[in-house]
Amino acid sequence: MLSRLAENLYWHGRYLERAEDLARLINVNAHLNLDLPSGLSAGWEPLVRITGNAARFKAEEREAGERQVVRFLLSDEANSGSLKATLENARENLRSARDLLPREVWEQMNGLYIKGNEQLTGNLSKRRRHEFLRELILDCQQIAGTLLGCMSQDHAYDFILIGRYLERADMTTRILEVRGYDLLPDDIENLSPYESIQWMSVLKSLTGYQMYRRHVRLRVNGSDVLRFLLRNDQFPRSVMFCLRALEALIEGLPGEDDQALRAITRLQRTLNETKLVGLRGEPLGKLMDKLQIELADTHEAVRQTWFPSL
Amino acid sequence: MDFSDYTVGELHDELIGKGGRPRAAARALWKYLKSLDADELSERRSACEVAAMVAGITFRVYFEDTGVDRAMPFDLIPRVIALREWQQIEAGLKQRVRALNLFIDDLYNDQRVIKDGVFPAELLTGSANFREQCRGFSPPLGIWAHICGSDLVRDAEGTMYVLEDNLRIPSGVSYMLENRQVMKRVFPELFEDSGIQPVDDYASQLYDTLASLSPRPADYPSVVVLTPGMYNSAYFEHAYLAQQMGVQLVEGRDLVVDENDEVYMRTISGLEPVNVIYRRIDDDFLDPEAFRADSLLGVPGLMRAWRSGKVALANAPGAGVADDKVVYSWVPDIIRYYLGEEPLIKNVPTYRCEDPDQRAWVIERLDELVVKPANESGGYGMLIGPRSTKRERKEFAKLIEADPRNYIAQPTLALSTCPTIVPGGVGPRHIDLRPFVLSGQDTYVTNGGLTRVALKAGSLVVNSSQGGGSKDTWIVDTDR
Repeated sequence: MLSRLAENLYWHGRYLERAEDLARLINVNAHLNLDLPSGLSAGWEPLVRITGNAARFKAEEREAGERQVVRFLLSDEANSGSLKATLENARENLRSARDLLPREVWEQMNGLYIKGNEQLTGNLSKRRRHEFLRELILDCQQIAGTLLGCMSQDHAYDFILIGRYLERADMTTRILEVRGYDLLPDDIENLSPYESIQWMSVLKSLTGYQMYRRHVRLRVNGSDVLRFLLRNDQFPRSVMFCLRALEALIEGLPGEDDQALRAITRLQRTLNETKLVGLRGEPLGKLMDKLQIELADTHEAVRQTWFPSL
Repeated sequence: MDFSDYTVGELHDELIGKGGRPRAAARALWKYLKSLDADELSERRSACEVAAMVAGITFRVYFEDTGVDRAMPFDLIPRVIALREWQQIEAGLKQRVRALNLFIDDLYNDQRVIKDGVFPAELLTGSANFREQCRGFSPPLGIWAHICGSDLVRDAEGTMYVLEDNLRIPSGVSYMLENRQVMKRVFPELFEDSGIQPVDDYASQLYDTLASLSPRPADYPSVVVLTPGMYNSAYFEHAYLAQQMGVQLVEGRDLVVDENDEVYMRTISGLEPVNVIYRRIDDDFLDPEAFRADSLLGVPGLMRAWRSGKVALANAPGAGVADDKVVYSWVPDIIRYYLGEEPLIKNVPTYRCEDPDQRAWVIERLDELVVKPANESGGYGMLIGPRSTKRERKEFAKLIEADPRNYIAQPTLALSTCPTIVPGGVGPRHIDLRPFVLSGQDTYVTNGGLTRVALKAGSLVVNSSQGGGSKDTWIVDTDR
């Protein structure tokens, strides 16, 4: 398989996962804000930070209201990581490699891109926005499903999955970082009902609430959610699940160089060796930072091993 | 379908003879088309559109919003040629390509053709497609143009002429293949027991031709198609041919030439050797070390690898020296010189503007002639005399005087027509034909080729970039 095509498929996997995660984030944040009393509202600014856009967003001196933030995340020309741009990237990376995939996948991707281009202009009303994002998540799942059901599980498929799991693990750490870090002001007494709501929103943004309840019978609390989203090896959006999947995928790829595998092992060690009980605030932020850096190292190792700069 | 209003006039029509009766090879088709009523016809037309969509869907969806290219309109009435006539044309094409390859090989080596006074040396110095980088080298089998697409036209008398040769990277064969697929889907009954010669083995023939060029004939050759990338207007064809041959479609950045002049492609398992490259990138962009240094599409070192015999390039760099429109006018002499034979297919009479007498003659008759620049393709930069304004002719006279070597002139041919679906029925439209000739260990000519049709009434320009469409081409055996 040509390295260039492997790289394109890897990025397609990443971008499509990113689009889905962005849609999840926006919808869940909207719900969360409806559930919280106005004084405790999470606002929209955290989404700017989760997506790593704080500097760019601030540079334009915008107000971090719902309209501005959502517009920025969905379709702003100044944001190269907007949902619109992400869909375009997912499609562009699929183009040259499309002959390796079932034809339906290209058609679905193209349809999704066209739909996004039509809808993501100007201001979507809140109701239409919610519906659009819900559909988008399902569309992304449909593509994943078509690949799973119709594509030979060859290296082309492996690279899509590697992109997908790296992106997903990264996004889970970002959500935990921002949500766990500053949504919980220490000086307000008797937070628990709202704390619970906030952690529930974290779970819901990852469609993890139901699964969590089945694994953890206790009421939703920070430590358990952290453990579930970081270390559970059955829930497909937990970091550990992604790492296990990556490990198996990478082991199956050709080559003598094992730097990518070593990077994954390091990540697993980091996850397993950190005490999660009571972890919040700055220490939690530091752990997430560390995971993100190690995920970036993994990306670099994958790149150098299978698609060194063309 | 109603042919009662179909008038052939003074022109040669490919399906209908002077008396309004069908030609022998087209009789079955004509009877069938006449039997279709308006409803059936429109049903077939929409079936045709659907089939074309399905066959070409990759193409359409792919380019749907980028405006890089469009699907070529397809007309469902095929163009028919009798097998017996086609065999003559086939022999003529083989003769022509053989002579052209000998000519190219000679130009880059001994230049006997110049020393013997057959071909003027000045023409070579003025040739935009002569590559100094190819001097003193002869590729395997002495073949330079492995894939040739020559355009054929027929005049009012019914004589077939070669209008031009395309020896660099002729395109359009994928349309020939797809058109046949669509026709077979929409008119299956026409193909039963009809004597229509198949075209479908082109991809295997192309693969065999390419494989026969491998510098390591003992091994299973590693063949690739080299594309400038997906924004190229012919990308669909590049991808299609690679897929049909079962070989990798690569871009320049996928290939690397090492210090031993070996060519490799970069894969996830490391570097894998490449033996034969069907390149669809122009000479200029092929290798920044040898040609344009700013090319990002090419592969640094590819010319080294080619010259040291480590890799075969099809077509060979520099092959375009012989498809220059001025060289074209010498082709009959070239055939006589190398093969000692008379050309089997004629050239269109051509006036060379670098000759002062001919130039004066041409400039006097610009309103009757077609003037073409030597190195343009796709119908660009042409003057069609009878359709031109006085001002255009004046400007063209100046262009010719400024660079006479760059221009030739030909009489305006009354191109043959073929019945074509037009708004409100069926009408005659001008067509040409591009057969493809493959030269390797063996020589192969497609059964027919790509028929292009000028969809505007009276228009003589069939190029897809100028609003032309295409038709299926049937070579029909009437002697069975």
